[in-house]
Amino acid sequence: MSLLSTQKLSRSFGGLKAVDNVDFELESGQIHALIGPNGAGKTTFVSLLCGRLRPDSGKIRFGGQEITRLPAHERVALGIAYTFQITSIYANLSVFDNVALAAASAARRPNGNRDVRAATHDALERTGLRSRASETAGTLSYGHRRLVEIAMGLALKPKLLILDEPTQGLANSEISDFKNLAAGLKQTTTLLLIEHNMDVVMDLADSVTVLNFGQVLATGPRETIRSNPAVQSAYLGT
Amino acid sequence: MTGVLNRSAILHIGVVILLFALQFVLPPYHHTNMARIMTLAVFAMGYNVAFGYTGLLSLGHALFFASGLYAAGLLIQMGGWSALPAFSMALIAGGGLALLVGVLALRTTGVAFMIVTLMFAQAGYLTVLYLGEWTRGDEGLVLPAASRTIGSLDLTNDTTRYFCALALFSIALLGCYLLARSSTGRVLIAMRENEERSRMLGYDPLRYRLTALVISAVMSAAAGAAYGVLFGYVGATFASIQYSIFPLLWVLLGGAGTVLGPFLGVLLMTYLVDLAGDVTSAHLLVVGIALVLTVLFAPRGLLGTVRARWLPWLP
Amino acid sequence: MDFGPFLLLASLEGLVMAAVLALTAVGLSLVFGVMRVVNVAHGEFFMLGAISAWFVVDLVPGPAALGFAAALIISPLLVGAIAAIADMTILKRLHYEPEATIVATIGLLYIFQQLALTFYGADARPVEAPFSLRIQFPWFGYSGYKLAVIAASVVVLVGVWAFLTKTRAGLVMRATQLDRETAQAFGINVDRVFAGVFALGAALAATAAVLVVPIQQAHYLMGGDPLLLSFIVVIIGGLGSLRGTVVAALLIGLSDGIISVFFSPTLAKIIATLLVAMVLVFRPQGLFGRRPA
Repeated sequence: MSLLSTQKLSRSFGGLKAVDNVDFELESGQIHALIGPNGAGKTTFVSLLCGRLRPDSGKIRFGGQEITRLPAHERVALGIAYTFQITSIYANLSVFDNVALAAASAARRPNGNRDVRAATHDALERTGLRSRASETAGTLSYGHRRLVEIAMGLALKPKLLILDEPTQGLANSEISDFKNLAAGLKQTTTLLLIEHNMDVVMDLADSVTVLNFGQVLATGPRETIRSNPAVQSAYLGT
Repeated sequence: MTGVLNRSAILHIGVVILLFALQFVLPPYHHTNMARIMTLAVFAMGYNVAFGYTGLLSLGHALFFASGLYAAGLLIQMGGWSALPAFSMALIAGGGLALLVGVLALRTTGVAFMIVTLMFAQAGYLTVLYLGEWTRGDEGLVLPAASRTIGSLDLTNDTTRYFCALALFSIALLGCYLLARSSTGRVLIAMRENEERSRMLGYDPLRYRLTALVISAVMSAAAGAAYGVLFGYVGATFASIQYSIFPLLWVLLGGAGTVLGPFLGVLLMTYLVDLAGDVTSAHLLVVGIALVLTVLFAPRGLLGTVRARWLPWLP
Repeated sequence: MDFGPFLLLASLEGLVMAAVLALTAVGLSLVFGVMRVVNVAHGEFFMLGAISAWFVVDLVPGPAALGFAAALIISPLLVGAIAAIADMTILKRLHYEPEATIVATIGLLYIFQQLALTFYGADARPVEAPFSLRIQFPWFGYSGYKLAVIAASVVVLVGVWAFLTKTRAGLVMRATQLDRETAQAFGINVDRVFAGVFALGAALAATAAVLVVPIQQAHYLMGGDPLLLSFIVVIIGGLGSLRGTVVAALLIGLSDGIISVFFSPTLAKIIATLLVAMVLVFRPQGLFGRRPA
């Protein structure tokens, strides 16, 4: 079943078409990777999905409802969560408070978990941050700040979790931890992943969409994408 | 965790008890001074909800203080209302005005927000002058003693006045204490710390900022109305830019985003100006130097510094 | 008087106002444009300019014109120096963080006002105009000095424009405005540029004040109106845009002059203030500025 879809979605900056007539389908319960060279429009595209940017034209549907004009915070309430490419956390608050703000937001939904404390601890546990709960978020290492970002995404209990380059700047051991975490998430949420690291993509993703110059170059199961000659020449370079 | 709750609860209740006890020992001059300080502290606490907790640096809170002051004052003077209903109307006036100003001003942020609020307050001040026929402009109104009563309580009596100010102060302090610990309070802090992140956690920035501004304005209006009723004078000075700067100064000095900071700021500033007044008439100089020194050397204010260094549990 | 001559008189008054306002507002705009600092003490630099002019004229012996000429040079230099010191000792240490600098300049406002009150007193004192020529129109006579104020303002504004576009120091200032980091990377001493810009902004306000002080008396609280009006002008013209600032000063000066002749000045001020707030809310780039892409 399609969880999210776009029709002819476009957005330009000045003369540059960052996202150009994109038709996109995201199946429920999958890990879907969005790849493409720098400047291909990936971050612009997901920003349109989560409402940080408004499209010039086109439609976005989520769970059978049109959300094109919905403001970002209402999309979060519907179950779309976004983690920032450049970590954006509450640097002056404790790790616990960071994640608790997300859990408290989820608790406001009709059948959300009212026990914010338990939900927060659960998200901290799953990201391995439990022992750092009382530390000030801004003092953490880069890798841990990325984890706080992901823990906030989890605590929102989203139907769709959009992760913008989650492994960027992480050490190899941290990347493998992330892969385990993401694979486990698949049970409860659909993941849309912007990713540069092809190993991560090929290990995790069920399906892949390739963007180039704001357009969809190819989309399909990861094996098909891996063997697509157009993709190989444009992006994979192999 | 309960230990933490107790510690800070005891501290705040202790302050109220101390103020209650002080009334029996203070000499008359300081007695009146304290009543004034507690009333103005309500204004400062209101300002702190917007600035300290939510990060809305308004330069126009005189508008809300004066709206309460004039709503109560004019209803008593012109309408012949008694003090309590006039006070209630003042709260509505302040809240309504904040709703109107907020919907417009909150479309802007940062420097633009400061200037827009400054402009609205300036327009309010000029309106008070323009309506001089009723407000008597700079000269102001002296409220008749007969109207300054609640039931059989005579508000011109020093002791009654002190207790009324203390009651209002205690309610405001309790309100701020509960707000700071509530889930709404946490979201307000989140807005101050990182608006974009908060939006992407599903919190509507406009809604929370407007809520904070209205709470802040209602408290400011309450302080304004109480000031008029308790001290019997309503004048245009209270609508001027000075009264937008004062709450900023009090809150900065005492500690933005702390519950007791605003009170501490008013207390300190009042006695600082008072002491300086014995040496020189230069009270503006004291205000100016205090502002510059605070931003230079204690940007978190007194209680903010104390909290960062020693008492992290302070709300 | 008939309507035509009356309108001419109102326009002349408006032009004088616009000229003085343009000088003051360009100073504020320059400081905001280059340093991103909202200087709430700008009106006090204006006031200090006027008061120091009174002292200079009082101290210099000989004809009024000589004292006035001396004031025209000494006051801007003095006020500029005070501003540079304030920048180096206070604003620089706050790293020009917007909210902290606003609070600090509010503090400076009170300090300057108090110092003026203490050393100059609470009286409003006139300064004699350097000459008392009266120009006779067919319908009324008009002060030649006021016309000279307009001319002098134009000369100073052209000078500022030439300084910014034709000289190396002006180029350095504009480069810093465009991109502080890059300017630093090219070896520009940003601290010195900022102190210079802050001094120049204050000196412009002081120049305006010296020009105006024979028309309007010097008083320690005279900084409020120029501050508010400069804010209005800078916002309408688009924050940091010099051309927009001059156009807006003309617009506001002329309309304020004309409006206050016909209507209650308080009502005019209320409407103007609310209009400015609306401009900031709905068109933050100003009426003449372009929305950034």
